[in-house]
Amino acid sequence: MHIHAYEKLWLAASILLILLLIGSVTYGAVGPGVAMVADSEQPVDAQALDEDERFSEPRVEQVGENEYAAYIVAYQFGFEPSPIVVPENSTVTFYVTSRDVIHGFEVVGTNANTMVVPGEVSDLTVEVEEPQEYGLICNEYCGAGHHVMEGKVHVVSQAEFEERNGGGDGA
Amino acid sequence: MSEAIEAEQSFVDKFPEEARIVRAALLSSFLALVLGAIFGIIQTLHRTDVARIIPSTDYYTVLTAHGVFLAISFTTFFLVGLFTWALTRSLDRPLIDIRITWTWYAIMAVGMTMTGVSILAGFSSAIDMSADVLFTFYAPLQAHPLFYAGLAVFIVGSWIAGADWFRTFLAWKREHPDERIPLQTFMVLTTMAMWYIASSAVAASVLIFLLPWSLGFIDQVNPTLTRTLFWFFGHPVVYFWLMPAYLLWYTVLPKIAGGRLFSDPLARVVFVLFLLLSTPVGIHHQYLDPGIAEGFKFISMTNTMFLLLPSLLTAFTVVASVEYGARQRGGTGLLGWLTDLPWRKPEFTGMMLAGLMFAAGGFSGMVNAGMNINYMIHNTIWIPGHFHLTVGTAVALTFMAATYWIWPQISNKPIYSRSIGLVQVVVWFIGMALMSNAMHAQGMMGVPRRTAEPEYAGFDYPVMFGGYEELNIQIAIGGTLLFVSTVLFIGNLVLTMGNPKVSGLAESLPPALSGPDDAPRVLDNLRLWVGIALTLVVLAYALPLAAIINRGGLLGPGVGTYPAWLTPALDALASAVTPVLDAVGDAAASLVEVVR
Ligand code: HEM
Ligand SMILES: [Cu+2]
Ligand SMILES: [Cu+2]
Repeated sequence: MHIHAYEKLWLAASILLILLLIGSVTYGAVGPGVAMVADSEQPVDAQALDEDERFSEPRVEQVGENEYAAYIVAYQFGFEPSPIVVPENSTVTFYVTSRDVIHGFEVVGTNANTMVVPGEVSDLTVEVEEPQEYGLICNEYCGAGHHVMEGKVHVVSQAEFEERNGGGDGA
Repeated sequence: MSEAIEAEQSFVDKFPEEARIVRAALLSSFLALVLGAIFGIIQTLHRTDVARIIPSTDYYTVLTAHGVFLAISFTTFFLVGLFTWALTRSLDRPLIDIRITWTWYAIMAVGMTMTGVSILAGFSSAIDMSADVLFTFYAPLQAHPLFYAGLAVFIVGSWIAGADWFRTFLAWKREHPDERIPLQTFMVLTTMAMWYIASSAVAASVLIFLLPWSLGFIDQVNPTLTRTLFWFFGHPVVYFWLMPAYLLWYTVLPKIAGGRLFSDPLARVVFVLFLLLSTPVGIHHQYLDPGIAEGFKFISMTNTMFLLLPSLLTAFTVVASVEYGARQRGGTGLLGWLTDLPWRKPEFTGMMLAGLMFAAGGFSGMVNAGMNINYMIHNTIWIPGHFHLTVGTAVALTFMAATYWIWPQISNKPIYSRSIGLVQVVVWFIGMALMSNAMHAQGMMGVPRRTAEPEYAGFDYPVMFGGYEELNIQIAIGGTLLFVSTVLFIGNLVLTMGNPKVSGLAESLPPALSGPDDAPRVLDNLRLWVGIALTLVVLAYALPLAAIINRGGLLGPGVGTYPAWLTPALDALASAVTPVLDAVGDAAASLVEVVR
């Protein structure tokens, strides 16, 4: 097959570009450690969440030194708890599930963004810094009231967190 | 010279029966385009809060209609029309049996009508039917059974169309045992092979799970499984939309530019690459799904990046062929040849602008495909910003532009106004540049897609690239221009159909500069390529599908049905039937009395 010289050049450049792209994503995944939502959590029974130890009472609790877990339930059309209150300068892992249809979980203006599938738990770890209020929205169509499905993530001072959360033991 | 032209027969002169079906398919496609554009403008003005003429809860009915009519109906009907033309033309032989051809056309039309009715019924509360599930129909959101049944019927129709073309090709092959497959036929066949592989998954999902579930035969489905089967189909379908546009860029655009295709063998390589690579990548739409291992996502990402290769090759070949055309017309200089192109022809300018937007779309696509960058823009309005460049312009504008070239040949009627045509394609380009650009910018701010009211009560979007409101205005203006452009297109076509028939509209397509004889024979071995494609699909999907079924079960981990269709319907039935039964019982009792 006859291939023009320019064409060969272009072909080589294209393959190089592709390898670079793959390389950059690989680097992103293993280098700075951008963790992905994956299959690390076991499936749950979406219709029996009130019997589930983590999701019967959606909440934020301390799980280690400066580490917090937020158990969140998405439903038609809202999130629980509401608002989600987390302390400043900490590491927070969101565990999100749905008790009805597929939803989205997007903290507006950040890259905390995941799908929420009934029967599955999405986990997402973020580092939070100074106190701030973030909007939280469902970004997957979930029914006629989809556009009213919103929530808040409040990053508050340690003192305020303890006050609002009754000591941070998750009660 | 003019005598020679008079003597040359146009497509409709040679193949009147086939030309009729091509016209019917294109008109169905344009009907879907008009409906889609009407819904498009309604939703654009609604979500930007410029004019809200419908209640926000109806927004999703509008959006479902827009997605289904444009992404499925408009594209596929154009494809079957164009492929019928391309196959017949390049084999220079009629289809085997035109009754079969009309049969698949009718099946597809009936299927799309069923689905369309089920969607539009959602506007009326008097009819207990709706399908507000968007064109991705993710369970456990449920549509009326008619929605799924119509989709299945539509897909089966497209399968028969493919079979019709394969059989015609085989008949041709018996008549021409030693010839290479003509390029356009090669493109049709490889595309359809890909379509069979891809659509099998969504057909399975609909027939095994969604339709029985919507009929109440099974209680629940596994949402991750049906979603994965959807994307098994949902990515290659992107190429199914794109391949007819590629066919036009490779075989028609160079001719309009005054030249010919640069390389026939490379065109074949590109189509083979699409057949091989476009299916084993669907999981890249599920980077953010729980319940799917990171490794599978990674493999899909790598495959996706390689899928850039055929598109990059296409960019080269198309530009080279057009440049060759310009130089044939006397163009010179490094870029000076650009001025020697037929920019006044709507079919040329339209396709070139479509190609330009496709390059921009390719760029934003690379961002989507990077797994971690994807976190920023997943499900934001960046995504519609992206695919209005690809399917919404690279494909749609190419189809409209090609219509200016092809319609005269399938009808013997000259285009009513080619200047309006030129204005139309330019207006589309400007409108899309505005709308898509602002959508990308809003996406970066985190504004979600698929929502009636993206302004939320509790917070404001961060300000970047101009404020949220300003970008809304840009989207609204862009969408309005797109709507105007669609109206110009349809108006021009309708007036064209009123034109008297003339002769001398025939156009021929010159062979490539480097012809098929330069292409290794193995390229034409379709069996081999289909075999490899299937192997790659099994490699990419067997493990993820097994893992998903293993986790959630074939029918899902205790997931309900929303909205609950059948229960209210059955209750209503029961309450309607009970009095009747009571009445019958009473009557029977009194009858017994009387008899006694
Ligand atoms: C009249 C021109 C058009 C206008 C004004 C328009 C406008 C829009 C807007 C604003 C959205 C986003 C809605 C949302 O996510 O809330 C959208 C979605 C969409 N558009 Fe268009 N569009 C047009 C033409 C097209 C064309 C030609 C195609 C394809 C051939 C197309 C395919 C789609 C699809 C598939 C969606 C996504 C639907 C979904 O999210 O379920 N559009 N359109
Ligand atoms: Cu939602
Ligand atoms: Cu894709």
